[in-house]
Amino acid sequence: MSLTLYLPKDSAALALGADEVAAALTREASARGVALRLIRTGSRGMVWLEPLLEIERDGVRHGFGPLEVSDVTNLFENRFRHHPKALGPVEAIPFLARQTRLTFARCGVIDPLDLDAYRAHGGLRGLERARDMAPAEIVAEVTASGLRGRGGAGFPTGIKWKTVLEAEGPQKHIVCNADEGDSGTFADRMLMEGDPFCLIEGMAIAGLAVGASRGHVYCRSEYPHAIRTFGAALDVSRGAGLLGRGFDIELRVGAGSYVCGEETALLNSMEGKRGTVRAKPPLPAHKGFMGRPTVVNNVISLASVPVILAEGAEVYKSFGLGRSLGTVPLQIAGNVKHGGLFEAAFGMTIRELIEDVCGGTASGRPVKAVQIGGPLGAYFPVSLFDTPLGYEECDAAGGLIGHAGIVVFDDSADMGRMARFAMEFCAVESCGTCTPCRIGAVRGMETIDRILAGDPAAPAILADLCETMRDGSLCALGGFTPYPVESALRHFPEDFMARQEAAE
Amino acid sequence: MTREETPNALRAREIAAAHAGMDGPLLPVLHAVQHALGHIPRETLAPMAEELDLSLAEIHGVISFYPDFRTEPGGRRMLKLCRAEACQAMGAEALGDELRARLGVDWHGTTADGAVTLEPVYCLGLCACGPAALVDETPVARATPERLERLAREVTG
Repeated sequence: MSLTLYLPKDSAALALGADEVAAALTREASARGVALRLIRTGSRGMVWLEPLLEIERDGVRHGFGPLEVSDVTNLFENRFRHHPKALGPVEAIPFLARQTRLTFARCGVIDPLDLDAYRAHGGLRGLERARDMAPAEIVAEVTASGLRGRGGAGFPTGIKWKTVLEAEGPQKHIVCNADEGDSGTFADRMLMEGDPFCLIEGMAIAGLAVGASRGHVYCRSEYPHAIRTFGAALDVSRGAGLLGRGFDIELRVGAGSYVCGEETALLNSMEGKRGTVRAKPPLPAHKGFMGRPTVVNNVISLASVPVILAEGAEVYKSFGLGRSLGTVPLQIAGNVKHGGLFEAAFGMTIRELIEDVCGGTASGRPVKAVQIGGPLGAYFPVSLFDTPLGYEECDAAGGLIGHAGIVVFDDSADMGRMARFAMEFCAVESCGTCTPCRIGAVRGMETIDRILAGDPAAPAILADLCETMRDGSLCALGGFTPYPVESALRHFPEDFMARQEAAE
Repeated sequence: MTREETPNALRAREIAAAHAGMDGPLLPVLHAVQHALGHIPRETLAPMAEELDLSLAEIHGVISFYPDFRTEPGGRRMLKLCRAEACQAMGAEALGDELRARLGVDWHGTTADGAVTLEPVYCLGLCACGPAALVDETPVARATPERLERLAREVTG
């Protein structure tokens, strides 16, 4: 008897015991004389169900999870049918059924290093079409799709590509920003671990579009499994002739600095320098890596390009709302019952996502706030939960969507402490180039301490300091740290009352 | 070069020379030296500087900028505990306090027996199953102080 099973090797699944389950499956199969073909996939993104085992029956994947080693014998006993952890058809699970998976269509479905499976599931169609197009036509297609930078800044990807296409230079570069440092975000990691060929294809298309023969992925060192899987995918791609002829990609690894996620600091880091922020202009599109014209795009921006080329801009832009077109991989994290990655058209409200899709908090206590867009993003109280998740919509509500990570806090969260942490984080990670960030973050911590100690003069000083940081910082680290600080203060003033009084 | 070099310095020179053709080779070189030697000893700076045509100050500046690079040996295992917001929402602050007490070290410290170095990190991308940690390259979800201490103190093969 032979048996094919699918089990993720995504870091989150590994962290929840996937390798132990894999070993138990192999042991049990061997003891029963079953020829087991265990295909290790990426993750579907339903983190609360990991490790999520799947078996295909009549063309439909059925799931079991979250699995423990002790479940394995029983699974074999019941021939992978009835089991307390049986979830039924995986794609009918509401969390997955409600999604629109364009960028993450293959993630969790295929072996991430199986190029044939990638092609069989729609991969490489975008690149094949791009090869028959003129560079300007590819750029026009991406521009028409409405794709905007998924790293957070939301700059139209096609416009950036057009600038690089028109820039003069014998050597141009495609740099993929995989320095996904924002807390609450893991879409880049999941894609690099679960569908690395999708990023490679997107970068190859970008290379054709702007006339760049060299690509670079700068991945943070905190992602050892993404580095390993993506590195292996590069080898497979070279072996298959997908890379190496006219376009190749090298993988660079960061060294623990958050600010290197800022594009100019990233370029300095790639050049072997301290990861300090550069003043703009010149834009990286004109003078980027080694002073040459460079596209710097986030992983998800680049990984969205293959489906845009394959399906056409019109299909992609038929999703979304306003100026936020296409889909966005929302990442729901922190104190959440059903957390993970949820790819949907822009426009879903925070309430629908957190309450309906994700089932509220993991602790079962009421939701107090969500922080959207990482450590530089604003805290949204429940009263703002009707805000639709889009670039302009989050901006209008006093925040930013950023890389679309959403961290849930229950009512035990202390927003005064979270505001102080925002300043502390900025102080730890500041590159030191500009004064508002370098000095302001430290003074910000001290000033919040004074507020919490009941100093009546301190709130005005904090407001002034935040204005200076916002208007005077060179990049988003100092410039956006006021978002979490001021939103916490605005929406949760009671958490900034003098601590002694609160105790009385 | 006539002066006798230490084995560490020679190794660093070899690594740097092997990377010298890259655009911006310094970070890959520092990673490779740290991987080979466990840390970046002072005596490796001069040979790297020579091979890469950089000043000692430039290399020192880069090493000191990035949290990953260490100029002193660390413990046999590296325990990275996430302190970022998503993990804080699941109790990372208290976990960090208890872990530091159990190990008898502060952040960046190495236990007296040289078994474990504890480093704070700001996000491991395991934000929907926090609090999260990384023991060398093994990711840990829903971490508890007991489990982390056990994993970190497991004798390495």
